[in-house]
Amino acid sequence: MNQLEIRDLWASIDGETILKGVNLVVPKGQVHALMGPNGAGKSTLGKILAGDPEYTVEQGDILLDGESILDLSPDERARKGLFLAFQYPVEVPGVTIANFLRLALQAKLGREVGVAEFWAKVKRALELLDWDEGYLSRYLNEGFSGGEKKRNEILQLLVLEPAYAVLDETDSGLDIDALKVVARGVNAMRGPSFGALVITHYQRLLNYIVPDRVHVMMDGRIVAEGGPELALELEAKGYEWLRERVKEEA
Amino acid sequence: MSEADLRALGEEYKYHFVDEVKPVFVAERGLTRRVIEAISYHKGEPEWMLKFRLRALEIFQKKPMPTWGPDLSGLDLDNLVYYVKPAEVRDAKSWEEIPEEIRRTYERLGIPEAERKVLAGVGAQYDSEMVYHRVKEELERQGVIFVAIEEGMKKYEDLFKEHFAKVVPPEDNKFAALNSAAWSGGSFVYIPPGVKVELPLQAYFRVNTPEFGQFERTLIIVDEGAEVHYIEGCTAPMYSTESLHTGVIEIVVKRGARSRYTTIQNWSTNMYNLVTQRALVYGDAFHEWLDGNLGSKVTMKYPSSYLLEPGARTEILSIAFAKTGQHQDTGAKIILGAPHTSGTIVSKSISKGEGRASYRGLVKVLDGARGAKANVECDALLIDPESRTDTYPYIEIEEDTAHVGHEATVSKINDEQIFYLQTRGLKEDEAAALIVRGFIEPIAKELPLEYAVELNRLIELEMEGSVG
Ligand SMILES: Nc1ncnc2c1ncn2[C@@H]1O[C@H](COP(=O)(O)OP(=O)(O)OP(=O)(O)O)[C@@H](O)[C@H]1O
Ligand SMILES: [Mg+2]
Repeated sequence: MNQLEIRDLWASIDGETILKGVNLVVPKGQVHALMGPNGAGKSTLGKILAGDPEYTVEQGDILLDGESILDLSPDERARKGLFLAFQYPVEVPGVTIANFLRLALQAKLGREVGVAEFWAKVKRALELLDWDEGYLSRYLNEGFSGGEKKRNEILQLLVLEPAYAVLDETDSGLDIDALKVVARGVNAMRGPSFGALVITHYQRLLNYIVPDRVHVMMDGRIVAEGGPELALELEAKGYEWLRERVKEEA
Repeated sequence: MSEADLRALGEEYKYHFVDEVKPVFVAERGLTRRVIEAISYHKGEPEWMLKFRLRALEIFQKKPMPTWGPDLSGLDLDNLVYYVKPAEVRDAKSWEEIPEEIRRTYERLGIPEAERKVLAGVGAQYDSEMVYHRVKEELERQGVIFVAIEEGMKKYEDLFKEHFAKVVPPEDNKFAALNSAAWSGGSFVYIPPGVKVELPLQAYFRVNTPEFGQFERTLIIVDEGAEVHYIEGCTAPMYSTESLHTGVIEIVVKRGARSRYTTIQNWSTNMYNLVTQRALVYGDAFHEWLDGNLGSKVTMKYPSSYLLEPGARTEILSIAFAKTGQHQDTGAKIILGAPHTSGTIVSKSISKGEGRASYRGLVKVLDGARGAKANVECDALLIDPESRTDTYPYIEIEEDTAHVGHEATVSKINDEQIFYLQTRGLKEDEAAALIVRGFIEPIAKELPLEYAVELNRLIELEMEGSVG
């Protein structure tokens, strides 16, 4: 039961149904990729997993290690070990990364975290990301470049060490070096006690973070699944053939 | 601000405790000639001061209550006690000389400890009198004066008379007149030329008597090239009846001097806090007002800087937090009266529940103030749909070469920010508190650490259970 399971999930926003029966399982210890054309519902799925109150879940369930988290608030889900790296991280003016990260870590662990312990953790993460300590005293995402915002999401991932992470297009907007750095961060988390769903449009990222499985979402449903080779096939052929196949099946 | 503020945790208004203090003298209710004579008698004042008080009383009685601002109808001026002498001692130099019940209050508030650790001097006012005043010996040797205003009047009469009521005359407004008539307590501060006082001087104001008016009067003279930071903190127990705090703060910042006056007012919410603060700033001098208004029922307070000579500068930073039952009517006033003077106003307000925060400010550039520059930024944050904020910015420019900028924003706590922080494990109200803290950070970071911590603690407390 050590897995993140999405079971026949239907969800809507402003009366518009976006997810139409998503089924997907990410076992702990594995990294899966989620691909699909623009507007397929990938970010929607990520936000619903994290508990975004803007969306209404119509049907289905989300199970974390066998336990439904649908009724939990976003912070309760986070404290249970779920993490979402946002496609568009939010700016919070006046709140330093250091301050915020320590509060988040304390919330996650449910106890005070001493300065020494905190710094040790953060230092390691910064080194892995090739990042300057100076960023810690900057305000959360305020005035950050697109790439810096993404790197900051991975910094949080490394410090908070969740059991499951959804990374929403953490690779988009990154230069090659930054891409490698982010991949290094995610790979550092890989291991038997970590599962991840990596949303991406590009095979490029998957060269560095090689997925155990690849899922393809179209129009709010998972329409194909396979090994890493599926991503290569999509890269070569695009989505049209899949779309045709889905039509035929219907 | 750094790690220490993370320790901040919520609890109830922690300053609510009533002391078992038996005052040595309590004036009859209401403000009459008799009461003023009694105040003057208890202070052993010179004749001229009694005359000044009585003249101020007439002005006070003639001036109408201001109606342009907050509702003051709950303030029953005839029912207040205007003078309570808590003990025989004034300006004790050691805490041991102070009656134990009073001393305990300051210990509970952490004042003696702060004095040892982070302050250059401490003054403590209890109801109407300054019971304690002490400045570090080395500063005393350099000629720094930091005493109760009554002692200033008696011991340094010439210096006192030169400036007292010259910065804020009794005619200025009804409450300045009230203070001029009934004043008691406050500090007299003089920093000699070139002396730089590195640690802050702090005065602590405590009100214990219910239905009472505290009329602190402070006069600070910063001589040429000198530097000082003065901090004022205020608390009172919570009573169901109204009380009044009407201070007058007069500051003279001479050529090339630097001064900063910080107020963190956390009065209980039965307090009317109606204060006049003004600084006269001379050539190339710099004065800063840092104003935090968290408590009180109604606050009317517009710290002002008069830039009188070329190169004078000022900065006025203020934070107001208004929750249900509170109206914070605060702001700032800068008069640019000479060439190349400059001023900045940054005002941040937070309104929660049915709280109301108003910004009221005046920037005035006088004819001939060539190249004068001023900038005003006021930002309001609304926590709840019923929260309220208003802005009354007045700008008067008589000089063509002056530049005055004004920017105002009103924002709400953003749901996306809350969600983002929640996905990192923070509860909804913790997330909201963090956003509020971020909102005031540009000002909070200017505060001494202890105050920044305290401010954050208060905001967390105010925000607890505030959303969701
Ligand atoms: N408030 C809304 N009302 C109606 N439709 C919405 C609303 N918000 C999002 N959508 C729609 O939901 C669909 C899924 O959006 P989502 O952001 O999940 O796509 P995505 O797969 O992440 O796309 P991309 O690859 O471009 O990031 C889109 O068609 C989008 O327009
Ligand atoms: Mg997306």
